[in-house]
Amino acid sequence: MATIVKGWDRNQMAARAAKELKDGYYVNLGIGIPTLVANNIPDGMTVTLQSENGMLGIGPFPYPDEVDADLINAGKQTISELPSSSYFSSSDSFAMIRGGHIDLTVLGAMEVSEKGDIANWMIPGKMIKGMGGAMDLVAGVKKIIVVMEHNSKAGDPKFIPECTLPLTGKNVVDMIITDLAVFHRPDHNSPFKLIELAPGVTAEEVRSKTTAQFVE
Amino acid sequence: MQKIYPNAEAALDGLLFDGMTIAAGGFGLCGIPERLIDAIQASGVKNLTIASNNAGIDNEGLGRLLRSRQVKKMISSYVGENKEFERQYLAGELEVEFCPQGTLAERMRAGGAGIPGFYTKTGVGTQVAEGKEVKNFDGEDYILERGIRADLSIIKGWKADESGNLVFRKTARNFNQPAATAGKICVAEVEEIVPVGSLDPDAIHVPSIYVKRLILGAPYDKKIEFMTTRERETA
Repeated sequence: MATIVKGWDRNQMAARAAKELKDGYYVNLGIGIPTLVANNIPDGMTVTLQSENGMLGIGPFPYPDEVDADLINAGKQTISELPSSSYFSSSDSFAMIRGGHIDLTVLGAMEVSEKGDIANWMIPGKMIKGMGGAMDLVAGVKKIIVVMEHNSKAGDPKFIPECTLPLTGKNVVDMIITDLAVFHRPDHNSPFKLIELAPGVTAEEVRSKTTAQFVE
Repeated sequence: MQKIYPNAEAALDGLLFDGMTIAAGGFGLCGIPERLIDAIQASGVKNLTIASNNAGIDNEGLGRLLRSRQVKKMISSYVGENKEFERQYLAGELEVEFCPQGTLAERMRAGGAGIPGFYTKTGVGTQVAEGKEVKNFDGEDYILERGIRADLSIIKGWKADESGNLVFRKTARNFNQPAATAGKICVAEVEEIVPVGSLDPDAIHVPSIYVKRLILGAPYDKKIEFMTTRERETA
């Protein structure tokens, strides 16, 4: 029996984000779906991954006999190095981020507003774990892509007129990739435009599941 | 001047007092000054304010000082993976100042470099900006953040020479480098102490001027928070 394909799964959302990569880019990937972008870098393209705890050139997970406690990514997972890797301090790492030297970051979000605000670090009333490097990344990186489910588990829209949760950054998001669609804006004064639909998804469905204003 | 001390307790002698501020290196459990943390715990010093990116995990790293109730306030960017922290924080027993990771690193660097404050875009328009001066430069808003000047810095290095020149290994450098400069005095623990002249002067990460006291902390049983591996391809 044929299954009806509708929307993108987590890997497909990551693959869609990977289409925004360009040869020579330096990129920081968040935890979760954004990490999967690393598996979708096109062959022949050189993309250098930055880890904000102080490394450029993140390699694949190590072989079991090569695990090194001194070599971890920002998610505290063991990783490996590449011949082109370099290490530096946290202050140098964020100088790189804040100084606008990183081309692209992909991160998750709980809410994004139609004005490009992002909320992804705390829910009032719940235990706050902290923002980590997310506020620095959205303030400093040249292009900010958010990858998130279009609606919450309860079915509520996440791309909304105004964020209800405490912000991570104000007017910073350039592109939103959900399981249903892609929204983009060319600059921070323009509205988001619906530029792509996932397989089997109609613009009508996206409109009905979104409260943010966007152009088509 | 002899910088090498026989153990962490001796290296911290005379430096600890109730209510002091400590800048600590480390990211997660990577590159944490664990011998010095243990000695601080054993000293019983109380009401500490600790600037550190993380707060350890339950009973590892700074988590030990939390468990023994010696910490009054943490200045950190991320404090997950720590049940005792969560309990004390929710009970109002522990004060926490959440600080974006890059801002925290720069606050340590700036404090150590004699810069009392700096403007940054990070946190503009968020809770982090509340109560802070906003200044517009070239059409963009920035907030004023303060440098951190601590009473004591505690760091973990890989190798140091007998004069205190120090190098780190891989991603264990992290906050150790800025933390080393932020304290009025820095105490370092390392895995190996080598004779003067055996480290390449062009490759020193922390010059000896910052490292006032030094201990050999080895042997270390380095902890890994999340072990992730791939399978070896079979021929």
